[in-house]
Amino acid sequence: MKPVPLARIDVAVRQTVPVAMTLALAVLGAVPFRVPALAAIAPALPLVAVCYWTLHRPDLMPAAAAFAIGLLIDLLSGAPLGVNAGALVLVHLLISTQQRFFASRSFAIVWLAVSVVIGLALALAWMLACLYHATVIDPTALVFEALFTAGCLPPLWWLMRQCQFLVPDRT
Amino acid sequence: MNDVLKTLGDWLLYAALFLAAAAAMLLGKADTVIVERLRAHTAAIVAPVLDTLSRPFDTAADGADRLHDFFALADQNAQLRHEREQLVQWQAVAERLAEENAVLRRLLNVVPEPGARYLAARVIADTGGVFARSLILNAGTAGGVQPGHIVVSSEGLVGRIAGAATGVSRVVLVTDLNSRVPVTVGNTRVRAILAGNNTDRPALIHLDTDAAAAVGDRVVTSGVTGAFPPGLPVGVVVAADDHHIAVAPFFESSRLEFVRVIDHGMRVPSAAMMTAVPPLPALPAAVPAAPAEAAEPAPAAAPATESAAGQ
Repeated sequence: MKPVPLARIDVAVRQTVPVAMTLALAVLGAVPFRVPALAAIAPALPLVAVCYWTLHRPDLMPAAAAFAIGLLIDLLSGAPLGVNAGALVLVHLLISTQQRFFASRSFAIVWLAVSVVIGLALALAWMLACLYHATVIDPTALVFEALFTAGCLPPLWWLMRQCQFLVPDRT
Repeated sequence: MNDVLKTLGDWLLYAALFLAAAAAMLLGKADTVIVERLRAHTAAIVAPVLDTLSRPFDTAADGADRLHDFFALADQNAQLRHEREQLVQWQAVAERLAEENAVLRRLLNVVPEPGARYLAARVIADTGGVFARSLILNAGTAGGVQPGHIVVSSEGLVGRIAGAATGVSRVVLVTDLNSRVPVTVGNTRVRAILAGNNTDRPALIHLDTDAAAAVGDRVVTSGVTGAFPPGLPVGVVVAADDHHIAVAPFFESSRLEFVRVIDHGMRVPSAAMMTAVPPLPALPAAVPAAPAEAAEPAPAAAPATESAAGQ
């Protein structure tokens, strides 16, 4: 058997950074921060991460990975199975089909557009959850969650841009 | 041509993933047992990370509480003195009532509640949100935690264990949309169901029609169906109109650090409870033999069956 060069292992590991980072944000969402009322309106950070990586490295954030991360969030949070998975796949679909729109836009426009995408994804999740429970769930907390997520977007976007040097270039 | 095929393939993939999400929802609706097991095992995989990450926040919250206590020391002292004076009076009342209760229970042959087992557990994840209200605890099947066990804090009822794996278990809070707790309201002991709605204020439903709940009424578990032991404090009515009665639970999920898991030994589904009840009405049948020799036991037997049926 031919030994695998260390450089190839290095590249393979660094290629998992986008998915690993999104997974870490998903787990972080479950940590009890002991801040009153935060849990109910905690920002949906994995949504932002999927947006960023789908936009900048779609080859390392496939739709199936977005689905799997969503499923993990559903399993951990106790939400109806498939709700967050559907929302993340919708985010992936919207961002990847609008790649051309996002190219060469100012950050303010990207911020606004991604916020709209996240709003749509949360709305889909809410509709699916309402369908699942056959009742209308109070959406107030969800509106705050969407606003909070949009507010958290610039620092998280900056953080991921800083981490992008870890990810190997497209071959 | 290749581009067209690639685009077609992408769309097919998205369609397949949306279908998979729909299938997952159907599975969650059709087989809750499998899904709960899956949730518990997923939590078990992430538990070590959550356990480690939650500790600094616990320490910080403890520190903040201590700092607050330090500055509020004089006020708290005065308040505690006042409360202590009141509690000493209540203690006397409680002791007298406990003795009286024990005597009456012996007199009426009340079936004793089954003994309960307790286990303390740490909250390692607070997964509250718009779609669910739940906690993850660092105690699981290895510690004897099983689905159906009751979770309480020092304030009152918190929820029920929905699923458990080795070293980890998931609690569905009373505020969760799936939670239904049989309760009694206020001193009138009107029966109702406390239904979670994924907000901090669950609602009272199925109240006896002519019974009204007033703001300030205490809500405690009724023990009907056997899923919850009777008498656990749940919350207090904070808003009541003709259509909606809102209850504020006594616990605050963001402040829960340690909770107690209770195995009250009565995990009997309602259907099984129904079959367990019939032997009790047989009691009066045995009584008629007694009135022949003493007239007194008969009136005593009637309330006995009434209270037994009420349990």
